Amino acid sequence: MIPTLSHYLAVAAILFAFGLFTVLTRRNAVAVLMGVELMLNGANVNLVAFNKFVVGGLAGQTFTLFVIVLAAAEAAVGLAIVLSIFHTFKTIDVRAADLMRE
Amino acid sequence: MRTKMKLVAWTLGSAAIVGAVGVLSALLSPAMAAGASRPLTGTFTLADGIFYAVAALTVAGAAAVALSRNILYSALGLLASLLGVAGLYVFLSADFVAVAQVFIYIGGVLVLVLFAIMLTNRIGEVNISNASMGWASAGILCAGLLGLFLVVAFDVPWAVRVSGGAPTTAPMGHALLQQWMLPFELASLILLATLIGAIIIARKEIRAD
Repeated sequence: MIPTLSHYLAVAAILFAFGLFTVLTRRNAVAVLMGVELMLNGANVNLVAFNKFVVGGLAGQTFTLFVIVLAAAEAAVGLAIVLSIFHTFKTIDVRAADLMRE
Repeated sequence: MRTKMKLVAWTLGSAAIVGAVGVLSALLSPAMAAGASRPLTGTFTLADGIFYAVAALTVAGAAAVALSRNILYSALGLLASLLGVAGLYVFLSADFVAVAQVFIYIGGVLVLVLFAIMLTNRIGEVNISNASMGWASAGILCAGLLGLFLVVAFDVPWAVRVSGGAPTTAPMGHALLQQWMLPFELASLILLATLIGAIIIARKEIRAD
């Protein structure tokens, strides 16, 4: 089987499904963020694959670049919030953080 | 009893979500029902074998992230998965995006994640914080979505028109400074705001008295 568009889409779908599974099952806030990163990567693979096989040009790759940058920003702020929650509540269980103050 | 109710509720909710997405995609792509032959011809070359190896690395890393009980192993799985995705970008002739993936994700995000793990997990309870809401219900939802995506990926007759192959760095630089000027500047503004915001959120307050 020569790799075609469908194969890339399949890999991206598996990445997205595992990311969603991680987000749904974990209580550790850092692990939830890792699941979000997996889902973003799945979407990025879809963008680049469609860019090569269907659309052409560079728009899809540029959009992927923006998604990567925003994912980095999201990870930085998200992990800072996780650290702040840890300092406040002494845990990173996402179910424990139900107040916006101490 | 309560957990059983929860399981049933989750199953029904998952089925509803999957059904809704399925109906929507069936409406949006009438070609799906018609079915079409897939262009799968040619001989199997070494490059194809490498593609399958990279894809297997990606999927195995993702599986490690999702299923490992130790969060450190999850981070290592994320490393493998991100590397595999960078390899997929190379196969898709997106060289600049592949390098950016390695620099930003593996050099930046993954290091941040590892720092967060080391700073927040007390050594004695590394394994505690993982068990959570039913694996069964989440598995049903994800398997349903995955099946749907795979059907869409393999059964829709995409209008394939392969392009690209040239180095993309220089054209992408021109595109960023001409066509995508405003999003580019907005991204830099967002990065500045992120920098300040992350410092303010994560710092410890030191009072004078």
